[in-house]
Amino acid sequence: MSNDTTTEPAQPPAPASPVKEPAASGLPSWAVQGLVSLSAIVLALVVGAILIIVGDDEVKAAVAYFGAAPQDTLSAALTAVGEAYKALAVGALGGLNPIAESLTQATPLICGGLAVSLAFRTGLFNIGAQGQLIIGAILAAYVGFAWHLPPVLHLVLAIVAGLIGGAIWGGVVGLLKARTGAHEVIVTIMLNYVAIYLLQWLLTTTAFKRPGREDPISPIVDSNAQYPQFGDTRLHVGFLLSLLAAVFVWWLLNRSTIGFELRAVGANADASRTAGMSVGRAYLVAMVVAGALAGLAGTQQVLGTDLPLTDGVAASIGFDAITVALLGRGTPLGTVLAGLLFGALNAGGLQMQLQTQTPLTLTTVLQAVIVLFVAAPALVRSVFRFLPKERGSGAVLAKGWNG
Amino acid sequence: MSDTTVQDTVREPAPAAIEAPADRVRRLRVGGLMLVFALIGLGLAIVTNGGKATFQLVSGDLQNNLLGVPAQPVAIFLGLLGLVAAGAYVVRRVPQKYSGWLAVVLGICFIGAFLCWAAAGKTFPLANQFQGTLNFATPLILGALAGVLCERAGVINIAIEGQFLVGAFTAAVVSSMTGSATAALIAAAVSGVLMASLLAVFSIKYLVNQVVLGVVLVVFASGITGYLFDQFLQEDAENLNTPTVLSAVKIPGLGDIPFVGPILFNQTILVYLTYLAVAVVTFVLFQTRWGLRVRAVGEHPKAADTVGIRVKRVRYSAVLWAGVLAGLGGAFFTVGYAGSFSKEMTAGNGFIALAALIMGRWHPIGAMVAALFFGFATQLQSQLQIIQTPIPGELLLMAPYLATVIAVAGLVGRVRAPKADGEPYVTE
Repeated sequence: MSNDTTTEPAQPPAPASPVKEPAASGLPSWAVQGLVSLSAIVLALVVGAILIIVGDDEVKAAVAYFGAAPQDTLSAALTAVGEAYKALAVGALGGLNPIAESLTQATPLICGGLAVSLAFRTGLFNIGAQGQLIIGAILAAYVGFAWHLPPVLHLVLAIVAGLIGGAIWGGVVGLLKARTGAHEVIVTIMLNYVAIYLLQWLLTTTAFKRPGREDPISPIVDSNAQYPQFGDTRLHVGFLLSLLAAVFVWWLLNRSTIGFELRAVGANADASRTAGMSVGRAYLVAMVVAGALAGLAGTQQVLGTDLPLTDGVAASIGFDAITVALLGRGTPLGTVLAGLLFGALNAGGLQMQLQTQTPLTLTTVLQAVIVLFVAAPALVRSVFRFLPKERGSGAVLAKGWNG
Repeated sequence: MSDTTVQDTVREPAPAAIEAPADRVRRLRVGGLMLVFALIGLGLAIVTNGGKATFQLVSGDLQNNLLGVPAQPVAIFLGLLGLVAAGAYVVRRVPQKYSGWLAVVLGICFIGAFLCWAAAGKTFPLANQFQGTLNFATPLILGALAGVLCERAGVINIAIEGQFLVGAFTAAVVSSMTGSATAALIAAAVSGVLMASLLAVFSIKYLVNQVVLGVVLVVFASGITGYLFDQFLQEDAENLNTPTVLSAVKIPGLGDIPFVGPILFNQTILVYLTYLAVAVVTFVLFQTRWGLRVRAVGEHPKAADTVGIRVKRVRYSAVLWAGVLAGLGGAFFTVGYAGSFSKEMTAGNGFIALAALIMGRWHPIGAMVAALFFGFATQLQSQLQIIQTPIPGELLLMAPYLATVIAVAGLVGRVRAPKADGEPYVTE
């Protein structure tokens, strides 16, 4: 940019330089990310539509005489896709009850997702939300059905028990990583299995088994220890705690001193160590808090959604939480939004299975494809040419094994 | 810390050499852990009842080929031997390079003492134990080898579980449709390569974070196999989900060796392929030019690029070959063992293969040993449930996983992945 002052001194210093930043579009980065995510959802729905068409019985029947009447195949395909997606949408958002169900499904996913996100930002890959959730659920349920306390106090203590359980299970991982360098991926995977078998064993003991029942199920949690429900829906106060947890994680990461250390260690552990931070302590703190968050998800399952403790209490929440965290790009707000989306897909998927016999496994595919496309913005952009380019890579989590 | 590296390069450190503080801490920690195990082993020996422990050396044969030992004396002997090994490790009366063997001696003594305790007055099917170990370990070994290949080239492979699932699914379907074992195995390998190509394209071309990618591919594989199972296999199980389980092929000569022969050399083709894979991957990685290139792009892609190695091409080839191994590993679940496909039947074994790979320090042999360890512990758990011990079955089920945590925390410690593992390579 040449600003020749000798010839035209009166000229203002040319703020409208013709050469703008070439890569960045005019849109703020959150808007670009939003567009990419929306496009990813559209692409995922296309993939899902193909699977619905392939799997639909009437389409299969119409294909048999495709040569004679190809329009039959086409219309059968369109009907199948239309009906399935309509059921999905109605099941997720069509009215107060479906919305409440979507939020209920989202509740533990948000907390679990936060547990994975927080560890991620510290450079740890927490595959162990499942185990942490189970231990949290065990302790919360035990306090919930074995103790008998006044309202509010009982619920608070049960929640605290769940938080402690998860924190211990996560903390062990952080401690081992900090003290011995044991790889958190292995330790969390292994502790997931330990938690599952511990739960199965506990459900055979007299302390946990419901009297008069042979199957592995605990007594029902006292009503004083249950999360209050909203109206006649399954939605409970645990959902609000999920949102509070997200605010807390945002505050922790972006406003607190320890959060700064966590992010610094996550960005570059060696540099942080050189700068005088305790990397080991950061690992421990991150895993304790992550464990507590997963434990909170456990309390939401046993004190809100399910009530008795069973061996299926965790379902696949711990694992879904990883995809939620990935879709949310490790940020609290992103995790909440991703959790809501996945919750809606789960709730809608159940309705879709009920109405059109399209298996629930289809929503699993949808979720995976959405995350896959969101993680590869370049691919999405090669399909949708109009999408603006993002500033920076947007891949906050890109780092290797050695952290 | 620099002292240790200097020491390592000197040929044989003198026994009285000064020990770096970090090494001392590690020696005391590992030694302490070994002592604890030795004492538990001895404790078990003391409470062992006086009967005879019988070990069955040929599976199914309850009359002959039995090895009976007096349970308590043998257990006490093993317990003491383990204690000596652990003690020697702690006070370091042996040259450093043999100290790893002390851990092995202790491990064998501990397991021996444990078996004597569990089998006192009963018959323990030892042949089944080793047979089962190999069964459980086979897919783990293949999966871990796939991981070794990928990660040595600098691509993290968390998607082993997903590759297993599609391999298992495809093998089941192709075997049911064609009745041919060869076709089933080839199809499984091809499907593994297809999954691996997703991993390769998204990580190498689109630079997606590889940990993210791996997890997503697992979810994708579980979703897609689950969906196809729901929509097709369940409706038409007769034609689509009745695979023929591979039959065992006895190798003449080797298969007749007492005890070891039937266990190692009367197996399915898939198990022999696994032996071969371990040898080939080890050889190729460390003895061939391609292997050198793979390791180079995993450690320092930029340097490799500078000397003219095509980083991306090498990475693609390593990841795709890994897909072959993982696909075959998946085939083991259906045509190699269980028969029909069921949803999520790989049950986390891909993640355990991942753990084996990390425990084995990204080395094919190490990964195999870790996989065998895991197979041994898993099989031991089911055997002990059959012969009934005072320990509840669910707690026994935990044992392999707890053992892995202890092994990783206490014995393996800080592992180092290939330096560029997980970092996409961008040419400027």
